[in-house]
Amino acid sequence: MTTPRTTPGSTPDPAPGSAPGATPETVPAAASGTAPAPGTDSAAAPTPDAPPDAVLLGGLGKRYGSFTAVHPLDLAVPKGSFFALLGASGCGKTTTLRMIAGLEPPTSGSVRLGGKDVTALPAYKRPVNTVFQNYALFPHLDIFENVAFGLRRRGIKSVKKQVGEMLDLVQLGPLARRKPHQLSGGQQQRVAVARALINQPEVLLLDEPLGALDLKLRRQMQLELKRIQTEVGITFIHVTHDQEEAMTMADTVAVMNAGRVEQMGAPADLYENPASTFVANFLGTSNLIEAEVASVAGGVLHLTTAGGPLTLPAARCAVPAAVGGKVLAGVRPEKITLAHRDDEQRIPAGRNRVTGRIADSSFIGVSTQFVVDSPVGAALEVFVPNVDRDQRLVPGAEVVLHWNPEHTFGLDAAQDIDAGTDEEEAA
Amino acid sequence: MRAVRWIRRNLVVIAGVLTLAYLIVPNLVVLAFSFNKPKGRYNYTWNHFSTDAWRHPCGVPGMCGSLGLSLRIAVYATIGATVLGTMTAFALARYRFRGRAATNMLIFLPMAMPEVVMGASLGTLFLNMRIQFGFWTILIAHIMFCLSFVVTAVKARVMSMDPRLEQAAQDLYASPAQTFLRVTLPLAAPGIAAGALLSFALSFDDYIITSFNAGNSVTFPMYVWGSAQRGTPVQVNVIGTAMFLLAVVLVLAGQLVAGRRRARA
Amino acid sequence: MSGTATASVNRPPGSPGSPNGSGAAASASLPPELARAARRRRLVPYLLLLAGVAWLLVFFVAPMVYQASTSVQTGSLEAGFKVTWHFATYWDALHAYWPQFVRSLAYSAIATVLCLAIGYPLAYTIAFRAGRWRNVVMMLVIAPFFTSFLIRTLAWETILADQGPVVSFLNHVHVLDVTSWLGVTSGDRVMATPLAVVCGLTYNFLPFMVLPLYTSLERVDGRLHEAAGDLYATPFTTFRKVTFPLSLPGVVAGTLLTFIPASGDYINAELLGSTNQKMVGSVIQSQFLRVLDYPTAAALSFILMAVILAIVTVYIRRAGTEELV
Repeated sequence: MTTPRTTPGSTPDPAPGSAPGATPETVPAAASGTAPAPGTDSAAAPTPDAPPDAVLLGGLGKRYGSFTAVHPLDLAVPKGSFFALLGASGCGKTTTLRMIAGLEPPTSGSVRLGGKDVTALPAYKRPVNTVFQNYALFPHLDIFENVAFGLRRRGIKSVKKQVGEMLDLVQLGPLARRKPHQLSGGQQQRVAVARALINQPEVLLLDEPLGALDLKLRRQMQLELKRIQTEVGITFIHVTHDQEEAMTMADTVAVMNAGRVEQMGAPADLYENPASTFVANFLGTSNLIEAEVASVAGGVLHLTTAGGPLTLPAARCAVPAAVGGKVLAGVRPEKITLAHRDDEQRIPAGRNRVTGRIADSSFIGVSTQFVVDSPVGAALEVFVPNVDRDQRLVPGAEVVLHWNPEHTFGLDAAQDIDAGTDEEEAA
Repeated sequence: MRAVRWIRRNLVVIAGVLTLAYLIVPNLVVLAFSFNKPKGRYNYTWNHFSTDAWRHPCGVPGMCGSLGLSLRIAVYATIGATVLGTMTAFALARYRFRGRAATNMLIFLPMAMPEVVMGASLGTLFLNMRIQFGFWTILIAHIMFCLSFVVTAVKARVMSMDPRLEQAAQDLYASPAQTFLRVTLPLAAPGIAAGALLSFALSFDDYIITSFNAGNSVTFPMYVWGSAQRGTPVQVNVIGTAMFLLAVVLVLAGQLVAGRRRARA
Repeated sequence: MSGTATASVNRPPGSPGSPNGSGAAASASLPPELARAARRRRLVPYLLLLAGVAWLLVFFVAPMVYQASTSVQTGSLEAGFKVTWHFATYWDALHAYWPQFVRSLAYSAIATVLCLAIGYPLAYTIAFRAGRWRNVVMMLVIAPFFTSFLIRTLAWETILADQGPVVSFLNHVHVLDVTSWLGVTSGDRVMATPLAVVCGLTYNFLPFMVLPLYTSLERVDGRLHEAAGDLYATPFTTFRKVTFPLSLPGVVAGTLLTFIPASGDYINAELLGSTNQKMVGSVIQSQFLRVLDYPTAAALSFILMAVILAIVTVYIRRAGTEELV
């Protein structure tokens, strides 16, 4: 089955094996570089009925009148994984999460948890728990009663020991009798996690759990959540708009855009091999250059651009390329080396190179970020680590950008080249 | 010069305090004259100090009976209006449905209607339906005009509640009934309490609407009205002062409990 | 765990051609339990509303409709009343009682303005200047409610009594001469004059002005005052350009909550005024309870209602806030 590529927004299928037509050699190559061997094996041989997946969505969709919040979605999350749904606000990720939790009735499709169909079950009968955005702690109950809430509702009488242990796990033992509003944001967040985890759900759903925390605390809680997940071994599904957060914590990230999953895979895999302009721009920053295929030889595509020739490994091109076809050649800013025009002779042969002029530079400590105008496009970004700073690289200087052709990736030129660039600020 | 500047800076506060005095002085007069021993029937001028009225609050015929009737009606009207009003408020605050705007309008209208209009209309209806005026007609009228105030108070509270709290309860295995009892109701309680308190005060104090629907029954405000023509007994001041002090004590106690709870936590 | 998720995304089963899935196909795959639950959920608000709305329809709307019909009936208590479309009742009622109508509207309008004028400083003081006294002052504003409305109005009879200290003092400083000249008091008396009635109305409905004013002032961020000051506004300009506009919802709510009940009130007029200060409420009440002329009472209350609704509608439109509804 071929995923249609002509519609903007629809995506080449990244999951290996499930899309035989879609450049099958691309993903395993990248995946083997990033994921450990067992992971790759299971990914390469998707057998849906081997061990029951923690969550299996079958054509799950949600429409509000004529607006489609989530396009029918098939998704399998294996037991024990840390799965992230990443996307800008309004992309349907939270709706998907709420449909899994049973808080939002789907308009199509089914939800299976641990092999059991729960589509018709209300939220309170599903073995999932949620850490809500802004936590939704009960303001009229103290911390102890908040954490004990789920146990009590299931008729468990002696909750004291379990709640005590859970509060210790999240290091809140001494605050058991406080009310939620007397706690700091980070503490409230941990109560919300404890309140959900104590029920030992099959899946823990986290809806932007760190959104309300400041940067430093967020970093700390990312590690904390990762630790807890490893400790308890429960499947986590984590919804976030923060790409850094998703990449730090999750072992699989699904990037959502306009109600669809654009691409899914291990974080490094997504970053190195974006399959669409949205993913390329939303995850980190990409320089995308409009190009035309001049020739194909020995697994390498030779491209012509407004600024000269470039080469691209055919395996890293997300679209089947024929001579004369248009593609977007992409490269990440940190892969590029910046040389002054005077040093052009010293650049080794066989590298992709583009000439230009520095428009702007900003020093940010570990690196300097340059914006370079060139014939292939305005505002190419280059991140140069501050090892030996070349004093000649100032705005106005003529420069050559060069990089290993292996680091170039190819995308379908029919897409919006700017998709995903401003979403991050909007979210 | 400094005094002038002080006055200029605190002009608003001075005006505010004067207004407050305007609000409070009548209560102080009621309090003072509850200790009066009036010469003749009219308790308008100070004669001399006496605690007679406080020692015999029911010493005048009919007054305590009317007080009892008013309290009974206020309790039932509060219960009725609070139950109906809370349900209506939940529907309006939580659901989008056909006729919602019309319902909102229907709730607003009784509050925008002079009491005399409502009282006269309802009285006309009862009269023409040949319904016996008395306890039940008063109760019906009181529930009718208290309802809107309860709806307004509860609706404001429910709308400010985070719907995620109820979702969190469902997510934590609480059935709809448990969610309502354990989460929704405790959270809405301050709004419901405010509505109930307001209902009680409005019902207990109502004269105008009641006068159209009471027939021969005499509520406490009607007793006071009637006695105003003949000369109000001092006991009326005693009841007024007692209600005032009771309210003050209750509020202070509430503040104290809340303060203590805050201090302990 | 390093298990990579397996997935094929956005592929609706059985509709290979369209990755979006058609709406019809999508809803067809919905389990019947969910559809039933959705139908039941749609009924819930109506069930919740049923009792309260029914109560208001039967005991508020129906009487109003009935009132309308009564107002065009003729007859007598003995012979019974019939709808005869006798619109002349309206004309006769207006003709006979227009002074009371005008008086009602004038007194309640003046009382409303006075309430705003003296209530605003109090609300402002509670909101911004009361500090830790805030709760105490709030209590003092609300507590008078708990002493009966009538008892408190009767207390004004004592305060304004002819030989009382207040009247003596006002007489002494010749304030009463001025007010007599203005026609709001007569001679040495304050009781049984328009001034007494307006004072009573102002007093009785003041809390209805102060509470909404306070509520909206309380929401005004104190830092806005500092910001305005920082931007060269004098305290008065700050009030005029920042505080007052932000408190407008409270002003609108407060004036309505004062004006509407005041216009229908007759207790103040009866207790503190004389026959020359009677308001339309007194007329309706006596037509209904004493004269037993129900059509006239109905016509009068219908006119009052229409006037009030017209004023409220225009006012809300002009003030540009429909928050109340």
